[in-house]
Amino acid sequence: MEDYVIQTEGLTKKFGDFTAVNEISFNVSKGEVFGFLGANGAGKTTAIKMLCGLLMPTSGKAEVAGFDVFKQSESIKRTIGYMSQKFSLYNDLTVWENITLYGGIYGLSKKQINERGKQLIHELEAESFVNKRGKDLPLGFKQKLAFSVALIHQPRIVFLDEPTGGVDPITRRQFWEMIYQTAESGTTVFVTTHYMDEAEYCDRVSIMVDGTIKALDTPAKLKKSFHAASMDEVFLQLARNVVEK
Amino acid sequence: MRTILFLLRKEFLQIFRNKGMLPIIFVVPVVQLLVLVNAANFEIKNIRFAVLDNDQSQTSHELVQKLIATNYFILSGNLKNEAEAQSYLAKRKADMILEIPQKFESDLERMHSASLHMSVNAIDGSAASLVSFYASSVILDFNRQIVVDQLRLPYNPTLPIQTESRYWFNPELEYSSFMTPGILAVLVTMVGMFLSSMNIVREKEIGTIEQLNVTPISKPQFIIAKLAPFWLIGMFMLAFGLTVGELIFRFPILGNLGVLFGFAGIYLIAVLGMGLFVSTITHTQQQAMLISWFFIVIFVLMSGLFTSIDNMPDWAQKITWFNPMAYFVELIRMVLLKGSRFTDVSHHFAVMTGMAVVINAFAVFNYRKRA
Repeated sequence: MEDYVIQTEGLTKKFGDFTAVNEISFNVSKGEVFGFLGANGAGKTTAIKMLCGLLMPTSGKAEVAGFDVFKQSESIKRTIGYMSQKFSLYNDLTVWENITLYGGIYGLSKKQINERGKQLIHELEAESFVNKRGKDLPLGFKQKLAFSVALIHQPRIVFLDEPTGGVDPITRRQFWEMIYQTAESGTTVFVTTHYMDEAEYCDRVSIMVDGTIKALDTPAKLKKSFHAASMDEVFLQLARNVVEK
Repeated sequence: MRTILFLLRKEFLQIFRNKGMLPIIFVVPVVQLLVLVNAANFEIKNIRFAVLDNDQSQTSHELVQKLIATNYFILSGNLKNEAEAQSYLAKRKADMILEIPQKFESDLERMHSASLHMSVNAIDGSAASLVSFYASSVILDFNRQIVVDQLRLPYNPTLPIQTESRYWFNPELEYSSFMTPGILAVLVTMVGMFLSSMNIVREKEIGTIEQLNVTPISKPQFIIAKLAPFWLIGMFMLAFGLTVGELIFRFPILGNLGVLFGFAGIYLIAVLGMGLFVSTITHTQQQAMLISWFFIVIFVLMSGLFTSIDNMPDWAQKITWFNPMAYFVELIRMVLLKGSRFTDVSHHFAVMTGMAVVINAFAVFNYRKRA
């Protein structure tokens, strides 16, 4: 019996006549790196918002960390971490102030904030940045820091929404090392990306097209069943069908 | 509770790191008081008038001298004919034309009556009526003198009733005493609406609100942490403005400041609720500013700050019942100038508390975390 931290069944979101997410069903295991792929407008963001308790689904079932997305969104929020490309940290607060703020929001004690904050700074080798404001940090470092801050309360699942957008290849590599470490420690990583090489790093990948999940498997099996040499080809085959249709 | 403290700390850090904030808190009140209070003066001085004297008699000269002697009137020209009079008014060389007919003096002496003609530029209606009122009183006074001097009658004021006025609550008719409290009310309103709505919308604009929404912060925690700093800033600005105003204008503070600040506290909650409401219906700081501006202009114009509510038409007076600022402007004047006590303004307190509850309930209802 596998230990699922995310379970959805027929999860659907409609905005008026438009169906953004159409009956998606999937499970994600504990400690898994789950790639959530799809072209822009395929419904990824809507799906993530429902799983994070930001958006009420229209129908279907979904449990995140054992909590029902319909009724227990506040409990979900306490047990997940979230980081997006668009926003990472407050630009007008220093690194340490950002850490303190999020530690405080997630109910960590002063001592815990101090310990975890120092450890986090140490791991990022960011001692010289501690008193710098968000706006003065290099983007790559900012993203890594944001990831660490999203983990400050040791969530069971962390949602990463295009975390490496606009980041240089070296930092992306470091970022993925952090993702693996996180998964090894037992935290599930739910990640969206447009970089197909990153998709290869995931344990399993789902590809969303037009609000539905068109493929879901390990990268190796996906490549095999689509007779493709890379994830790039798999993605293009699925996405191109939509364009031609 | 602990979460709120962390959020409050964040807000204060951000507010005071915003370079525009300190000037808004310290410079805006001083500038507004200095400029608006001195500029918004309804007294009219330096009225330029031109005379078309067709009589050229001693009496007509005396009348003109009498006008000049009041110090309200400045003679801007002696006119030769009607056409010149027209052009003086048209070209704004004179605010008023006094036309003295031929035989003005002789008519006065023979028939004990004469007429004068006065034309006033009435582009600004209320200024025009003041000008004509001033001129008429001077002429009336001149009349009495004629009765005494020229007709050689025993001194017998022709008017059986003489009014002597005393102005209560502002005996010197100081406009600064009247305006300063009102300007302070405007200031507090601006802080409440502009700054708070823009602050919340800013978080939407840069996307940080999404990050906060996925954390376990509750709606009330978020709202309190957002509004409380501006409540404090608003109260501080009222105290600061009051001090500056007092130092500059020396207006009377007759009433209990506790009543004033107690009311201001409730008023700010109501106004902050409006700021919150504005932030729920806008997506960018520009939109928030525009909509707040729309509300504030209506509030100011309908508050009785510049134009008395009693002079408004009936329907407009009814609208002012729903204008929180009208209550604040009235209360701050009553407390400062009249020394009104809590029992005199309990109605204001009751209405404002009701408004604060209704506005905030509506705003919170509108503010949806699940967007």
